Amino acid sequence: MFPIKEEKNKQPIDDSDLGNIIEESITEENKFDKKYSKSSLYKDAWRRLVRNKLAMIGLAIVIIMALIALLAPYIAPYDPTYREKTASQQGPSASHWFGTDILGRDIFSRVLYGTQISMLVGVIAVAISLAIGLFLGAISGFFSGIPDAIIMRIADIFFAFPYILGAIAIMTILGPGVLNIFIAIGLLGWASVARLFRSSILSIKEKEYIEAARALGASNSRIIMKHILPNSFAPLIVYSTMNVGTAIIVEAALSFLGLGVQPPTPSWGKMLSESLNYINSAPWLMFFPGLAILITVLGFVLLGDGLRDALDPKLKR
Amino acid sequence: MPEKDTLLLEVRNLKKYFNLRSGFFYSKSSSSVKAVDDISFFIKKGETFGLVGESGCGKSTTARLILRLIKPTSGIINYKGSDLVRLKNSQMLKYRKEIQIIFQDPYASLSPRMTIGDIVNEPLEIHKVGNKNSRLKRIKEYLKTVGLNPEHINRYPHEFSGGQRQRVGIARALVLQPELIICDEPVSALDVSVQAQILNLMLDLQNEFNLTYLFIAHDLSVVKYVSNRIGVMYLGKIVEVAPSEELYVNPLHPYTMGLLSAIPIPDPELERKRQRIILPGDVPSPINPPSGCRFHPRCPNAQDICSKEEPVLKNYNKDGKEHLAACFFAGKPI
Repeated sequence: MFPIKEEKNKQPIDDSDLGNIIEESITEENKFDKKYSKSSLYKDAWRRLVRNKLAMIGLAIVIIMALIALLAPYIAPYDPTYREKTASQQGPSASHWFGTDILGRDIFSRVLYGTQISMLVGVIAVAISLAIGLFLGAISGFFSGIPDAIIMRIADIFFAFPYILGAIAIMTILGPGVLNIFIAIGLLGWASVARLFRSSILSIKEKEYIEAARALGASNSRIIMKHILPNSFAPLIVYSTMNVGTAIIVEAALSFLGLGVQPPTPSWGKMLSESLNYINSAPWLMFFPGLAILITVLGFVLLGDGLRDALDPKLKR
Repeated sequence: MPEKDTLLLEVRNLKKYFNLRSGFFYSKSSSSVKAVDDISFFIKKGETFGLVGESGCGKSTTARLILRLIKPTSGIINYKGSDLVRLKNSQMLKYRKEIQIIFQDPYASLSPRMTIGDIVNEPLEIHKVGNKNSRLKRIKEYLKTVGLNPEHINRYPHEFSGGQRQRVGIARALVLQPELIICDEPVSALDVSVQAQILNLMLDLQNEFNLTYLFIAHDLSVVKYVSNRIGVMYLGKIVEVAPSEELYVNPLHPYTMGLLSAIPIPDPELERKRQRIILPGDVPSPINPPSGCRFHPRCPNAQDICSKEEPVLKNYNKDGKEHLAACFFAGKPI
């Protein structure tokens, strides 16, 4: 009896225990790996971005502008629509840092609130163009043939319109208003996104690693999600960042022309157009909103430029 | 032709014509590129079949046809008794597990946004092999097998050298335990010293896992080193098939003779005396291949019949071994 019992006691390491032991050793190794050797293209890109001073200035501007947009109600000294009747067209002073307009409204507060519209337009319009552009670009690039021909010819029609003219046309149809600006600018932007995405799909589609995935039996959706999307993000990120700047300018232009944001909502473009008649007597009316547009757009362009340099694998070593 | 139980892959009358599109919107095709034009060969279990020929002769197209990455115009690809050409995609999935490919360019064949662990994991994931832990174990095991450090599982391809990347590609091909691996110029993008390492690794793996290779290359010395039998392709056709020693000692087709004479000899004395056969002209366009024997415009032995009739592959070996050549004047020295 005894020897047999001992035998039984000797073999209790069953498969599950073995599995646990292996699992433990694997997770140990994983921790080691993550700590010391995990580095991805995006991490490398971030490192390059941080080293790029101009891009960091751009990023700082973008972050500050976003904070201003969010915190405008708390940091603005006045209500942007409040008319101080005794202080009409005053130059910059201690109580009104950027001066006041003809109606006695505080320009500083209006510029701060204007950030909200500009940032919103930038982000939402670009999001709309991305949504439409990515969807149509994916169909066009991945399936080619007739759908590709149709989508790209429609995109060509959109390209044939000058941007501002197209925006004016859409705004005329939809009527003025903040929401319609989002739609107009978003609708106009999709063609570039679609083209960009299509071209990167076309170039990636021919890569051997896509062929490798196909040879393994990967499905179309797997190939799009796992191989094509991650490899085509970089140009899209760059383009979208740059495009936020463009969207802000178009909004300003539309508001300047009276098609965009309606008074009394503060918008930089609108403020510029209101200042036109007082350009000699009250130049600050034009100067500060103009400066705000300049700095914000510059911020996005610098950031986009830096991102392109950081994400371009060709610049690596 | 070997017996059924030793035969793994048989390609019969395989053709692939690429239609050339012309016009603005999609008009009817006017002409076609005959990339692979009626080729037949077989591969026995456990052997290495080399396929050589210059760029554009249809070697890689053949590889892609066997994997069904492109659809053949006509022909039969018989793998273990089933015709891959006629299988549905869902049925093909089963065979995709058994037939793998190693690509030429280790820089293009690995997705730059995936870690090498993810890359080797992908075949396991697609074919739903095991669970997460067993996969991880297997990935590490295979990384080790191909000579990589399993601790580097979370690294990205750009952190590796060309040779190491090719090892990742080999691990990806190997992890599903395939039977047939199609090697599409697996070493031609690598340095010569690294080439030798990779070739030796591939030979070791062949012994260890009992693999069958279809080895495609344009470098005859590389093919000679690894292959049991060799097929020579020219302009979409196979012009000569022979066991590798036989082919090098006794080439029958003038094109093979020309190719062989181009191999440099690593001995300056002999190299100086080496007779080189320079084939005149360039490879003709596969859109309009020459009439009759496709090689006749460049062939020093060409006669009238060569431009009129197309020679078929015939066996010229008398002792039962196969030595096929498609030439009216096979074996005639140049």
